[in-house]
Amino acid sequence: MICLKRSAPSRHLWKEGLISSICTLVSRVVGAMKSQASHPRTFSRGLQTVTLIPGDGIGPEISTAVMKIFEAAKAPIQWEERNVTAIKGPGGKWMIPTEAKDSMDKSKIGLKGPLKTPIAAGHPSMNLLLRKTFDLYANVRPCVSIEGYKTPYTDVDLVTIRENTEGEYSGIEHVIVDGVVQSIKLITEEASQRIAEYAFEYARNNQRASVTAVHKANIMRMSDGLFLRKCREVAENFKDIKFTEMYLDTVCLNMVQDPTQFDVLVMPNLYGDILSDLCAGLIGGLGVTPSGNIGANGVAIFESVHGTAPDIAGKDLANPTALLLSAVMMLRHMGLHGQAKKIETACFDTIRDKKVLTKDLGGNSKCSEFTGEICRRVQDME
Amino acid sequence: MAASSAALSLPKVFRPVLGLGRSGNPAKVTGGSMLHATVILVTPPPAKYGGRHTVTLIPGDGIGPELLNHVRELFRFSCVPVDFEVVNVNSSVATEDDIHNAITAIRRNGVALKGNIETNHNMPPSHKSRNNLLRTSLDLFANMMHCQSLPGVQTRHKNIDIIIIRENTEGEYSSLEHESVSGVVESLKIITRYNSLRIADYAFRLAREKGRRRVTAVHKANIMKLADGLFLQCCKEVASGYPDIQFDSMIVDNTTMQLVSKPHQFDVMVMPNLYGNVVSNVCAGLVGGPGLVPGANYGTNYAVFETATRNTGKSIADKNIANPTAMLLASCLMLDHLRLHDYANMIRGAVLTTMNETRLHTADIGGQGTTSEVVQSVMKNIQSGGPLTTEQI
Repeated sequence: MICLKRSAPSRHLWKEGLISSICTLVSRVVGAMKSQASHPRTFSRGLQTVTLIPGDGIGPEISTAVMKIFEAAKAPIQWEERNVTAIKGPGGKWMIPTEAKDSMDKSKIGLKGPLKTPIAAGHPSMNLLLRKTFDLYANVRPCVSIEGYKTPYTDVDLVTIRENTEGEYSGIEHVIVDGVVQSIKLITEEASQRIAEYAFEYARNNQRASVTAVHKANIMRMSDGLFLRKCREVAENFKDIKFTEMYLDTVCLNMVQDPTQFDVLVMPNLYGDILSDLCAGLIGGLGVTPSGNIGANGVAIFESVHGTAPDIAGKDLANPTALLLSAVMMLRHMGLHGQAKKIETACFDTIRDKKVLTKDLGGNSKCSEFTGEICRRVQDME
Repeated sequence: MAASSAALSLPKVFRPVLGLGRSGNPAKVTGGSMLHATVILVTPPPAKYGGRHTVTLIPGDGIGPELLNHVRELFRFSCVPVDFEVVNVNSSVATEDDIHNAITAIRRNGVALKGNIETNHNMPPSHKSRNNLLRTSLDLFANMMHCQSLPGVQTRHKNIDIIIIRENTEGEYSSLEHESVSGVVESLKIITRYNSLRIADYAFRLAREKGRRRVTAVHKANIMKLADGLFLQCCKEVASGYPDIQFDSMIVDNTTMQLVSKPHQFDVMVMPNLYGNVVSNVCAGLVGGPGLVPGANYGTNYAVFETATRNTGKSIADKNIANPTAMLLASCLMLDHLRLHDYANMIRGAVLTTMNETRLHTADIGGQGTTSEVVQSVMKNIQSGGPLTTEQI
């Protein structure tokens, strides 16, 4: 049983192939022309609208914190707050509210706080809905050691790029006979090509030296073999970036011994899920890890990947670092590198100083105090 | 004597059920040190004439042949009553004759010690992984790995003691793939109730035998609701039969995050095939690397011992820099399985003395010793500590 959407008729493939090769050529030329890493769209002139989805639990307070810091930094961002709780559409299918969708389609950039996963609400998880609505095919997680938040691993500086739409998470499962279940892992040429291209472009735009494809092709010969083949093909067009392949188990083994040997990692869905969380654990957990989801048609949603923490919601105890770093990632994506650097430095300096830290970082300050400290530092940098 | 001859007259089928070994004598279940695994399920083959066991040896590729040569050398030196039947498997040829010969040899001998056989993943899908073929043909359903921090080895986390039990035959490694439409490949992950119950039962029995308090099932049932859901359900069913052991479960991505930040919360972990691969490699990395941890694959009738992380080590082959610890400790697990506990403890003690007291380390754990130096040091420790060796006779 295959998802029919995936079997593209062959007559469209040559057109797609031509378009994609032209796009690759254009991006190569543009990439070669740039001295500093920036996305082709620059928003240095005028205000850029960003759809803000505060989320649940501690979501609203950390979103407020981020807005305050951005105001202090005088970032040219105009926030448009939207709610994405699923509603039942005309056909009976669950979908996100029209205002939210329209706002995202217009602004193309979103910042999202943690969303509650409903258990008995009847609708699927919001994250899944967002992913499907905007075809968010790449999940990018840069993991950089935070000086001042000590973990056994120092000098971590890598990026995990995970294919977000297919692979082991296609959700296609069957009970063959009672007691035997099969779960289908789907790997397609287009999705593998798309993620590989994104990975190499990201590496080029952010001055990363190498891309490593993570796979298990010795066991899953055809599926991971296809993924690997596509990565190799795309690597041919990016000769300036070193391409290596490594087995998943070798990556895990080496990652916990010496994470400095890795740069950009690209992989299918499941391995990406595991490895990105592993890397987040290396730098201190989900409370300090930024994350971005890149979709088709230029849509990008940046989010904090931690939970909603209902036990501390509304008590001004939350740590806004994850959402703040995701917002910084968003600024970089938009080309506002100066602003991004300023805010990031202020945040890291505050953490390194250890005077004003939230409880999870080892201090006992409030969220507002932590935010205030960062705002002060940002303003001092002017 | 009368009792054992009476026991011998029982049909073969009933002997394992009554806890009798193949020779008819009650199988001794020794508690012993934490490092050796006495598996209740598998009955080891009896020794032949002269009390000598025959074990199949598969050198494999990369560092396998040199490390297994050292094992043989050490066994000869220590007068261990084990003879090796060497079966070479050529990984580059397309025919599967070699691996089938190896499988036949293991069926004959019951026990094997092997190096990793390389799989060239650029070959077409019809060329299956030889290691996987061996595991599935012999139904070696449980892969057991005991990760223990060695005091003499410098690591970021200290005092780790985790047992990982990984389902070894199904799951994502079913090798069932097809290209339904050009450009779309489907790979099947199979989870069965029978195998999940079996591995969960193995895990709980091992935990009880070794006096462990907690078993954690690692899964991704929030996404793969039917497949991992079935696995989790089977674990819960088995857990209800072991009220003295605490059971909990954890999602695999959270598990890896917890392992690198707080590894001491884990005791025994049980999981399907692929997650087992990830978690066992993470844990091996935490205790010092692939050169230190031995692994064992158990089935109902056969047992195969190898290094836990199954690396070929192509880049360090024949350079005399590989760490022999993992392979030597694997051979000790094999000796324990054959009930040659004295020899196992002797060799294990010598290896651990070299690691922890003499601190003669190879390059992978930050030292400058060569493989042969480490093996010589082990031999010296055996000579000074234990029974007579070939040089003293």
